[in-house]
Amino acid sequence: MKRNLSQAASLLGIGLLAIGSHVFFAAARSLHAGMIAPGQAALAPAAVLEKIDDNAVPGSKIMVSAMTIHSRRNSRTIKSKSWIEGENKAFTEYLEPPREKGIKMLKLGDQLWTYTPATDRIIGISGNMLRQSVMGSDLSYEDMMENRKWSTIYAATDDGAETVLARPCRILKLTATVPDVAYQVRRIWVDTSRFLVLKEERYGKSGRLLKTLEVKEVKQMDGRWIQTQALFRDVLKEGDGTEFIIESVDFEAKIPEALFSKAALRK
Amino acid sequence: MIRFLFKGLVRDRSRILLPFLTVAIGVFLTVFMYCYIKGAENQIVEFNADLLTGHLKVMTKGCAADANAAPNDLALTGARKLVTELRADFPGTDWTPRIRFGGLLDVPDEAGETKAQGTVIGTAADILTPGSAEIRRLGIAKSIVKGRLPEKSGEILVGEILADRLKLEPGGQATLISSTMNGSMATANFTVAGVVRYGVRALDRMGLVLDITDAQSVLDMEDAAGEILGWRTDGPYERGFVEGIAARFNDQAGPSGDEFAPVMKTLREQSDLAAMLDQFGAVEGAVLSIFILAMSLVLWNAGLIGSLRRYGEIGVRLALGEPKGGVYRSMLAEAVMVGVLGTIAGTVLGLALSYYLQAHGINISGFMKNAAVMLPSHLRSRVTPAAYFIGFIPGMLSTLIGTAIAGRGIYKRSTASLFKELET
Repeated sequence: MKRNLSQAASLLGIGLLAIGSHVFFAAARSLHAGMIAPGQAALAPAAVLEKIDDNAVPGSKIMVSAMTIHSRRNSRTIKSKSWIEGENKAFTEYLEPPREKGIKMLKLGDQLWTYTPATDRIIGISGNMLRQSVMGSDLSYEDMMENRKWSTIYAATDDGAETVLARPCRILKLTATVPDVAYQVRRIWVDTSRFLVLKEERYGKSGRLLKTLEVKEVKQMDGRWIQTQALFRDVLKEGDGTEFIIESVDFEAKIPEALFSKAALRK
Repeated sequence: MIRFLFKGLVRDRSRILLPFLTVAIGVFLTVFMYCYIKGAENQIVEFNADLLTGHLKVMTKGCAADANAAPNDLALTGARKLVTELRADFPGTDWTPRIRFGGLLDVPDEAGETKAQGTVIGTAADILTPGSAEIRRLGIAKSIVKGRLPEKSGEILVGEILADRLKLEPGGQATLISSTMNGSMATANFTVAGVVRYGVRALDRMGLVLDITDAQSVLDMEDAAGEILGWRTDGPYERGFVEGIAARFNDQAGPSGDEFAPVMKTLREQSDLAAMLDQFGAVEGAVLSIFILAMSLVLWNAGLIGSLRRYGEIGVRLALGEPKGGVYRSMLAEAVMVGVLGTIAGTVLGLALSYYLQAHGINISGFMKNAAVMLPSHLRSRVTPAAYFIGFIPGMLSTLIGTAIAGRGIYKRSTASLFKELET
């Protein structure tokens, strides 16, 4: 759930909590979604992308989540609590298991720091380290840092339609319009009435499939539709992927500004 | 007869000098080249065995399939029991666990925040146990240029270029950032005990050495190891010996699709060493062939000259009724004597120089400042039992071949015109 940090930052706002700005936990307000639903089939792909971005709800939230990593050797679950403010601020503390307990991460804009109690050090994560796996999961720090709106960095085209989780979905193919993106192409399955991304494939510049996301459950919380369970897979990696589960979200939380500082990491 | 021929050789120096010198020089070069190649081969074998491969290595099948990446998520578990079993099952060998890993070394400033970071390639071995052979195998004691060896848990050695770049001195603090066996982030603070210069750029730029118990703790690898290396202790590396052990171990383990099942690999099966060692064998063969060919040509020529010089002598012998075959065989017998004498002289000289280079070596560190592969800084020759006999192959073959070709002229002499030739 490192992702939670950054993505959670963009959570409801951008749409994806733990797995990418737009993917996991794309937030959609039920009422909003309900009102939009009738005319969506007629929306242009770019407009659908903007709708997904629009689901990013600015504001603060506190979220408790669990990440189960199914590696080659075993499966293990890491629980964390995240404090998220808008798209650019996120603070996460790991709660379980004991080895990870007390590790904290802070995201401010495009900067990321981590604190481990064992070393009492605050370490900036940058450069090649951003491509490393987050806690052994299928998620990289780079995935976690993604917070730009898709409509500003991708051009969308229709690529078919399918039903996912018993919901009619439009498949959009997103092609990067800027050079500095982690994935050149994405295919997303968008719930056409709630503007939730229910499935995603991420491709590299060579056209090779790199990562996939499958939403397993969508729930309504405080009037918002949220993807509460999803399976994220790095297809180049052995293992059965990483499951993300949102256990609770408090959308009305008041978060002290001091939490989003490096000093808070040591507290 | 032999005594007669030998006296003839000794009393007629012009008959023996050139062939003798040719054989002696050729055999000297052959013996020396053979010992030098054997020495280089042996050093590369032992250097790689000590640092990377062991004479044998046990790892998981998954790890063996991706050995260059050294994935610790596929590490061996139950390492202590496995080492005990290996020592019991294969007498004459020694086994020890190691962990290789990648990561970052992060140096803090006064406020504890990142001042500098560098990528590291870590080697974790048993360097704290008193008398551990790992200190010798890793060559760390003789490579230290600043500070000292780690004496307690929490101390590390870093490569010289890495230390310069991160401005690390002995006594300095640094945080290792890596991944646990399960893939989680692993962080731990260490004190730099010493700075090492291997003379191999890759190691000096990124090398980090620590005790294996520290690595097991940091990387969440309690009683686990990335690999268990084995060395023959009752003799030098011998391909047949280690292949026999590997075959026995792998037969006992049986076929298994389990990527965590242990598998034993020989030195040749790792790091493309088989191709390199095969090349050494090919070079040895080429050296022998080249010297046999070159010496044969020279001796053929010497034989022709000798035949011309001894034209009259051979003619008289044939005129007196000695059979052509007898003359031809006596010349071959002379050649054998010259070959034996030259070979003995060449072998003695070759062995003398080889023994000297075996003891002192040739310093090649100046050529290896930018080397990407790991090679020893001194190349030494190695005198093996075969070196005492290897010179006889070119020494004897070349004299026999040269004389046999040159001596064919005897059969072309016409006995009917011998007296006419002798009159002139």
